[in-house]
Amino acid sequence: MIVSTEVKTIDLRLRVNGKEVAASIEPCALLLDFLRDQLGLKGAKRSCDVQVCGTCTILLDGAPVSGCCTLAYEAHNRSVITIEGLTQNGILHPIQQAFLDASAVQCGFCTSGMVLTVKSLLAQYPQPTTAQIKAYLDGNLCRCTGYWNILTAVRQAAQVMASTGALSP
Amino acid sequence: MLAPFEIHEPATVSEAVDMLTHYDEDASIYAGGTELLLIMKEGLVHYPHLVNIKTIPQMDAIRLGIDEQRLKIGAQATHRQVEQSSLVQEHIPLLSEAAAQIGNLRVRTTGTIGGNLCFAEPHSDPATLLLACGASLDLSGTNGVRTVPIEDFFTGLFETARKPDEILLAISVPILPVGSGSAYSKFSIHARPTATVAVILHMQDSIIDSARVALGSVGPTPVRVVQAEEILRGEKPGDELFAAAAAHAQAATDAVDDIYGSAAYKAHLAQVLTQRALEQAATRAGAGDRVH
Repeated sequence: MIVSTEVKTIDLRLRVNGKEVAASIEPCALLLDFLRDQLGLKGAKRSCDVQVCGTCTILLDGAPVSGCCTLAYEAHNRSVITIEGLTQNGILHPIQQAFLDASAVQCGFCTSGMVLTVKSLLAQYPQPTTAQIKAYLDGNLCRCTGYWNILTAVRQAAQVMASTGALSP
Repeated sequence: MLAPFEIHEPATVSEAVDMLTHYDEDASIYAGGTELLLIMKEGLVHYPHLVNIKTIPQMDAIRLGIDEQRLKIGAQATHRQVEQSSLVQEHIPLLSEAAAQIGNLRVRTTGTIGGNLCFAEPHSDPATLLLACGASLDLSGTNGVRTVPIEDFFTGLFETARKPDEILLAISVPILPVGSGSAYSKFSIHARPTATVAVILHMQDSIIDSARVALGSVGPTPVRVVQAEEILRGEKPGDELFAAAAAHAQAATDAVDDIYGSAAYKAHLAQVLTQRALEQAATRAGAGDRVH
């Protein structure tokens, strides 16, 4: 088995939270490390490191992926949204506001992943059923609040977004 | 942390086969990466060269076969694509249903059906279901394309009949005829299931004229429970018949004690889940008007 000591890099171009980014990365760089360490975006968290817990959830072309198990290479010429991209001009995204209003946050470690998963849910199902909410959030674990308030927050966010026509970002 | 590697981007299947042949043991196919990156991060394997076959066009297409008797599912189709495909929903609805239960949304978004089969994780949902479906796999390598029945594909724990230079192109799944009923029963306490059972029945005049029963997660590979299939054939559905078939499933488990449960518990689950799947499949088949 040959392990090359010579490190080749890739020129990565992508859009992060609406801004064009160019960076040089190693092929083995994980998207989570790239975002946290190279771009300083610390909203996505490393926890289980095996795609189970959801704290590292980010949106890649609108679809939720685990930053801990996705190569940064995969983001080339694509769009990445992290939790930092949701607040516009100091105003919380309706999903973030609903999480606050419904007390769906306790320690907050899982929240950025939850909110981004809900963002992709509401993009596909603006008025989701409870089954659809659960199917989406099944892979985002919370170890302090329990899930009841989170379900409430999702329903409130859906309502607010429908009434204000707020679909993006 | 991942040890360094290079990523290669073949434009065609033959280019990818050439790369795999050239780098040999130093190369791995890289598709969704959901399984591969996990074991690479753990340091269980290291490949200095990853061949990214997602760059090959059309590898994720889901279409009807020319004979319109089978669905051809491109190996690069993600679980999410399989779940949401209207062709899959119409012709093999259970495959869509089972795809929706794999891992979590993020895994389904990136993981591919072909990668799942080639990794041969013993708890694979698609493997068990496709075994019940009687699927076959198209593989392309240095010696051309060959088709392998799924029953011959899984050779052991994480082992398949795929040769190192071969790429899985597509999975060919026979379309279920009207009068078929299928069911997938699963028990999970962790991310991966403890026991899974897939059943496909076909009924004619209230008699089961064909039955396929596959058992997963309770041995190194998914297995067909042929004895259960034999006693079901030619019979009227009923509790006693299903109990007898389920007993064969219990006997067919080749389980070990692990974090998912004891061997005895898994055998018990195999029996319970088989009984439930048979009841559900028979009810769906009895409805008779379309494929369930």
